[in-house]
Amino acid sequence: MSAPQQPRARIRFERVSVEFPSKAGPLRVVDDVSYEIGEREFVSVIGPSGCGKTTMLNIVAGFMRPSSGSVLLDDRPIAGPGPDRGVIFQEYGVFPWLTVRQNIEFGLKLAASRVPPGEHEEVCRRYMQLMGLAEFADAWPRMLSGGMRQRLALARAYAVRPEFLLMDEPFGALDAQTRSAMQDLLLEVLQAEDKTVMLITHSVEEAVYLSSRIIVMTARPTRIREIIRVPFGYPREESLHEKPEFGELRSHIRELVMKEYAAQARQTLRNTD
Amino acid sequence: MPILRRIALILAPWALVVLAWYAIAYSGLINPALVPTPGQVAARFWQLLFHARLPADIWMSTQRVFLGVLLGIVFAVPVGFVLGWYRTVRGFVDPLINFFRALPPIALIPLVIVYFGVGELAKIVILFYASFFSGVIVMYEGIAQINPIYVRVARTLGASDGEIFRKVIVPLTVPHMLTALRVSLGVAWATLVASELIAAQQGLGALIQNASSFFRLDIIYVGIICIGFIALAMDLLLRAAARRLLAWQERIA
Repeated sequence: MSAPQQPRARIRFERVSVEFPSKAGPLRVVDDVSYEIGEREFVSVIGPSGCGKTTMLNIVAGFMRPSSGSVLLDDRPIAGPGPDRGVIFQEYGVFPWLTVRQNIEFGLKLAASRVPPGEHEEVCRRYMQLMGLAEFADAWPRMLSGGMRQRLALARAYAVRPEFLLMDEPFGALDAQTRSAMQDLLLEVLQAEDKTVMLITHSVEEAVYLSSRIIVMTARPTRIREIIRVPFGYPREESLHEKPEFGELRSHIRELVMKEYAAQARQTLRNTD
Repeated sequence: MPILRRIALILAPWALVVLAWYAIAYSGLINPALVPTPGQVAARFWQLLFHARLPADIWMSTQRVFLGVLLGIVFAVPVGFVLGWYRTVRGFVDPLINFFRALPPIALIPLVIVYFGVGELAKIVILFYASFFSGVIVMYEGIAQINPIYVRVARTLGASDGEIFRKVIVPLTVPHMLTALRVSLGVAWATLVASELIAAQQGLGALIQNASSFFRLDIIYVGIICIGFIALAMDLLLRAAARRLLAWQERIA
């Protein structure tokens, strides 16, 4: 995953704006945003809550369209959701009526599956192993902990061999230890299989630890505040957190983000007055 | 030993009811002619079971309920599905459905007799009405609560509309179908007996009605107890089905 300097752009935002209808007229959420995510890059998008980060991810996922501008996937417009883009939601979305194994098999058995039937069992076994779910193959999701459900969601997304991984605050609901373990697991899995990743997060620490680039967004209507290249190579280890360069980068981004949070909070106050 | 204990615990409240019944019958507080003892009722039940038409009455009532509920649910499931899934349709149709559901089916019996007579058709119509409206509401309220995230996840995994329906919506609908079925069965039994009381040659309601004309209190009790036990048996069967079908759920209905 050590990205070359000028990777081929795979996701391209071109002057993207998004407006939602509201009682007070159209509410502009995303304002003229342009950026690219290159082949095998890990790009985190960070900014105040409610600023429109999730909206941008939903456009790439194919759930909605921009009001103006365009989002291109390999230079083509996005027609809708598809198995080439694995999406990991904060609430996991694990299917409660299917066992762990059946959840992973779900995408494999669809008509659109690109995995030949002969390989289903092998794929299933591999990801259960990788995500530490092998012993729970026949368990119902209700029996799993939050971290395990998140791993199952990841295994299910991985099984259909997406080229992109779109993650919307995937670890937000986990406790600190589980979260850190999940981050390492994610890096490990990405080390084994290259993906192009877009991660929406609130956590500066997480963004710096995982990403090759970080996009800091402003308060609503959101614009790009700054795009920061993270100078650490992969693989990364826990000890990275202790490095002075890591600390400096973290403080810099944290400062940027805090200002935007404050701006967003002022805005929210104004709106509720 | 735990099994014996369980059985004892299940039987205890029943035994208590029977004891209380004996106590009232022998207390002298009420004219003994008005309160047959459990023993007398049991003996009458036995006699009716082998020497009269009780089995035919039970069969008749059960058959009517099955047919009515079956028809009601067959229509309630697709209608409830559409109403639950399409919020705009629901907004318009909801008041109408609630209007019809609020009408006690028993109140419609006179009209049904006018239009459909007193035969089997009339019974099926009234039971269909009762089970459809009670079932459809349970169905669409359940469907409306389905978390849309499952549909989104399925789409990102590459599911087509047809696959989403078959592999996501249908399994999520099953619990609501079973609840609708249980609610409908309950309402249907109540309605059936009322309609048989008013006009029927056969069935448990008719049995009770005939007995009351001849002041045969023991037979009335037999009829009532049969109704209770049949409803209980149906509910137990449905619960057993739910346990098998809904093993994935946290709580079992």
